[in-house]
Amino acid sequence: MTDIAQEGITMNCSKQTSYNSILTTTIAGVELKNPVIPASGCFGFGYEMSRFYDLNLLGAIAIKGTTSQPRYGNELPRIAECPSGMLNAIGLQNPGVKAVIREELPKLRDCYTGPVIANISGFSVDEYVEVASYFNQTDVAILEVNISCPNAKDGGMVFGTTAEAAAEVTRAVKEVAEKPVFVKLTPNVTDIVSIAKSCENEGADGLTLINTLLGMRIDPRSGKPIVSIGAAGLSGPAIKPVAVRIVYQVATAVNIPIIGVGGICCCDDVIEMISAGATAVQIGSANLINPYVAKEIIELLPAKLVEYGIDSINECIGRSFR
Amino acid sequence: MNYTVLANDMVAEQIYMMKIQGDSSSVTAPGQFINIKIDGFYLRRPMSIALWDNASLTIFYRVVGEGTKQLSQYVTGQQLDLLTGLGNGYDITVASGQRVVLIGGGMGVAPLIGLAKTLSEMGIVFDTVVGFNRQQEVYGLKQIKPYTNRLMVATVDGSLGMKGMVTQAVEVVNYDYYFSCGSENMLRAVHTLPLKGQLSFESRMGCGFGACMGCSCRTLTGYARICVEGPIMRSDDISFNEVH
Repeated sequence: MTDIAQEGITMNCSKQTSYNSILTTTIAGVELKNPVIPASGCFGFGYEMSRFYDLNLLGAIAIKGTTSQPRYGNELPRIAECPSGMLNAIGLQNPGVKAVIREELPKLRDCYTGPVIANISGFSVDEYVEVASYFNQTDVAILEVNISCPNAKDGGMVFGTTAEAAAEVTRAVKEVAEKPVFVKLTPNVTDIVSIAKSCENEGADGLTLINTLLGMRIDPRSGKPIVSIGAAGLSGPAIKPVAVRIVYQVATAVNIPIIGVGGICCCDDVIEMISAGATAVQIGSANLINPYVAKEIIELLPAKLVEYGIDSINECIGRSFR
Repeated sequence: MNYTVLANDMVAEQIYMMKIQGDSSSVTAPGQFINIKIDGFYLRRPMSIALWDNASLTIFYRVVGEGTKQLSQYVTGQQLDLLTGLGNGYDITVASGQRVVLIGGGMGVAPLIGLAKTLSEMGIVFDTVVGFNRQQEVYGLKQIKPYTNRLMVATVDGSLGMKGMVTQAVEVVNYDYYFSCGSENMLRAVHTLPLKGQLSFESRMGCGFGACMGCSCRTLTGYARICVEGPIMRSDDISFNEVH
């Protein structure tokens, strides 16, 4: 890990100028210096990670999912390991939107000046609207409407499993939002393209694809599910092919930008996801295993693009179907 | 971060002592933990630090599943990817002037070794009570002995030392304050002792550094992540009806 990072730093310093433009990407009018964004839920509120590296290297940061009221989330255990991935059922633990804006965002701003993506969750359309309205008064760059959390009863994912409900939330949030709105969709549906299109029709400025896949692990000794609430969200390299397939399917059907997320842990994964049609990517679980992963990818990405004969991120977007 | 295995030996039944060479500069207090990446397994394994010096770390672990089984097969010279110095560690500043007892059970004896060394270096005199299921699982006595005043051992089956639980071996009238680590059941019993102290908790963790909220628990003062605000909690701050 250390060796790779050092190699990356050396390389980055020697070719700083040319690399700046090669990695630049723009999502819904927001320019990112590179396409690498830590995903919501895997990076706290950002500042917790500042002890590992300078966060200003990142393209953007998606902060922990935020609801109207404080939430403790689910009982422990919330985590189970899987081959090539993990299950989680955190249950949207967060201190509530007012505390996020008053306490967490300023702490992030102490160590990071780049674009922030606020991930908003709710248990009713009104709650999504309320949380979105609060973030209007902040300097966050993008709202990411999470209608895909599988770990909270009666919340999140129910809005993402039908085109009608997804449309209703999108329309309501777009009415109040003064920021670009991305809708984060769940893969736990039969026809994600129709849901993506309904979000686009209601004015969504972009889509984040995908949230976790519902899974379960059972302790063979006790015969009971390991995670307290039973089913939980599967993430990690195990879900990358699903994410790539969905990004590809949706990218060929809509005209709004996509942030691709699901199992990304190296430069090749980033290039694969962007080739599938994503304009930027989010890195989730990989941060938990290697807190330096986003930094390492950003440093190595330019050379990887050069190796593959790709002139820029922009040229890479959707090259699988163009 | 890259580290090198210096030794990895079975010291009791299914219990190994691993000494690891590498940067230990982020370790600031006894009771902190490391998070180990084991080849072939997705999540890291959090393990408490038993001892550390300028260039090495020592842990004790029990083989309980496939991950720790794999760890037990690491050989001297093999590379390990570690995150170190995680968690808050024991606050030993409160120990001065107190009659202190360390209470450990099973794998929870491991962090008490480094704690014993640190307290001893501060000139604090203390007793130690450690408990195990049975004699075959006893480890760490040799490491604690140089630092502690009295060392009392209890085993559940009576095969070594006193028969019974550690809490039965603690003569509470002799002490003002405890430092403890062990299973949740043991900690629950320790928490009922008429003494104040600090308890070290364990949990399944996603990251070990506060990013995922996978190990949050309720305390009397609010929510806490076992990996950041813990693993050491003060007895005043927790209620066993609330934790987990």
